Amino acid sequence: MNLLVCISKTPETTAKIAFKENGTQFDTDGVQYIMNPYDEWYALVRAIELKESVGAGKVIAINVGPPSNDIVIRKALAIGADEAVRVDAEANSASFVAKQVASYAKDNNIDMVFLGKETIDYNGSLVGGMLSELLDVPYLSYASNIEVSGNEATVTCEIEGGVEIVKATLPLVVSATKGLAEQRIPNMRGIMMAKRKPLNVIPPVGVEEKEAIVSYQIPEGKTGVKLVDLENMDELVRLLHEEAKAI
Amino acid sequence: MSVLVFAEAIKNQYKKSTFEVVLYGARLSKQLGTECIVLTNGNGDSASNLGVYGAQKILNFESENMHDNRMLTKVISAAVSQNGSTVVILSDNSKGKALAGRLAINLDAAVVSGAVALPNTNDGFKVHKSLFSGKAVGSYSLNADIKVISVAGNSIGLEEIGQAVSLESFDASAHSSTVSLVETKRVEGTVPLPEAELVVSAGRGMKAPENWGIIDELAGVLGATTACSRPVADTGWRPHHEHVGQTGIAIKPNLYFAIGISGAIQHLAGVNNSKTIVVINKDPEAPFFKAADYGVVGDLFDVVPRLIESLKKFKAS
Ligand SMILES: Cc1cc2nc3c(=O)[nH]c(=O)nc-3n(C[C@H](O)[C@H](O)[C@H](O)COP(=O)(O)OP(=O)(O)OC[C@H]3O[C@@H](n4cnc5c(N)ncnc54)[C@H](O)[C@@H]3O)c2cc1C
Repeated sequence: MNLLVCISKTPETTAKIAFKENGTQFDTDGVQYIMNPYDEWYALVRAIELKESVGAGKVIAINVGPPSNDIVIRKALAIGADEAVRVDAEANSASFVAKQVASYAKDNNIDMVFLGKETIDYNGSLVGGMLSELLDVPYLSYASNIEVSGNEATVTCEIEGGVEIVKATLPLVVSATKGLAEQRIPNMRGIMMAKRKPLNVIPPVGVEEKEAIVSYQIPEGKTGVKLVDLENMDELVRLLHEEAKAI
Repeated sequence: MSVLVFAEAIKNQYKKSTFEVVLYGARLSKQLGTECIVLTNGNGDSASNLGVYGAQKILNFESENMHDNRMLTKVISAAVSQNGSTVVILSDNSKGKALAGRLAINLDAAVVSGAVALPNTNDGFKVHKSLFSGKAVGSYSLNADIKVISVAGNSIGLEEIGQAVSLESFDASAHSSTVSLVETKRVEGTVPLPEAELVVSAGRGMKAPENWGIIDELAGVLGATTACSRPVADTGWRPHHEHVGQTGIAIKPNLYFAIGISGAIQHLAGVNNSKTIVVINKDPEAPFFKAADYGVVGDLFDVVPRLIESLKKFKAS
């Protein structure tokens, strides 16, 4: 069973979010990067577990990005991916990424593609659906559980206020949310082995971009907190009703 | 030309967030000088009443396979080509996001997910979306003949602008599904977190899961949905689907109560777009107070019961 896991690189969760060039570019100055938590904690780990339980096939981590992403890709190898591919290009839009991954998946006999439910920077949640449409396969999104038996997957998908449990035949695309797996911390052996695992760099396929971010803004913060004495909860209720009009 | 809105009915009922996308589509169609067409699996009065939020034409289809986004993509795509639609509007929920990506490819469209306001169509076509889990907002320029937009919940205030419209049926029978539904489980009674207008959230300051009675009671009095911080969900005190923040659910209710939550940057990222924030914390230096509108410094086990009493008095008056 060949499992492809999309991993992306995102600013670390405490990174300062600022923009430059008149608010048209993300200011990367001093920003540390991590693997997108949904990709790392859930998608990658569940793919590794499934491969381990079948005992055959491989887990391939794929990233679209510049050479500086290799450090994040090596981490995926240290956690347990067997090999990795980096498409050597800036990932400027969801469709760009989806088309690169789809092109690789078509040529490489992939049974399932895993990815996180969204990235924590652009929060687009679009790559999975695009990829599924490009591959013309089912897309099981927001999965919190997946079991595979032979050629069939049973997946629990989180929906607003509940879950849908569905069955589909491979190949398919799965996006991962909390619950799909338990985070794995790479151990020393994994880190050593990761250095020897293949990381293939391939050129991108051409894509016509249809969206562009033309400007960024930081939302206005709160102007100051109004403190209410704990003895006076009637006053808090009054403020919430009359001033905030929230109740 | 037309704007096509996909409005999902669940057991022939619509959620508030679905009325919001219909209204969004109606306002956008006015802005563009075109018609607002709604495609829905609902029927009867329930579907006709989408006209109240501005639907001018309502296409009803029947399907047993609403769980299959590949099938739904084909249905929506067929409606787009039959009606010459240039914009497709979806809810930004789990289904809407899956459809947005699929439709963008299927229709060769430009796409943005999680729009927070109506597009600016004066000069090109630009839409605002929240980024970095709420820490920033980006303006997306969409440059293709067809645009697909999923609209974040609570982004547009509801307003009744029209009246019921009679339904036209839309044939979706040609599109079959390859995904079978085993079971749907829904938590009955409470509004799901992403759609809730009132949220009561609690953190590690609660000390132990058995102390959640006062949180449930406060939420009950308000008619609010409960949420929690990540460590609370990770230790199993509360279910995962209550975890809000950068690596949980991002929400923007009208009112957010943060009780015994310190206000770490990853938590704030998912909740700081809430309209009004109330923080209850015994530590006056807790970072959350900087992101709050109202604050109470004190022991939550003392403050929350007092608040419940005051709210009960208010509700009774
Ligand atoms: C990659 C990453 C992603 C993360 N994602 C998220 C996320 O999505 N969501 C999230 O919530 N966190 C997230 N975190 C964790 C985050 O950094 C904080 O650790 C977490 O939010 C703290 O939870 P808390 O406020 O409940 O607990 P604490 O930080 O322990 O705060 C407890 C608060 O309760 C107060 N308190 C204690 N007792 C009382 C009392 N009796 N009365 C009143 N107040 C009291 C204390 O003063 C304190 O402010 C993430 C962290 C990382 C590294």
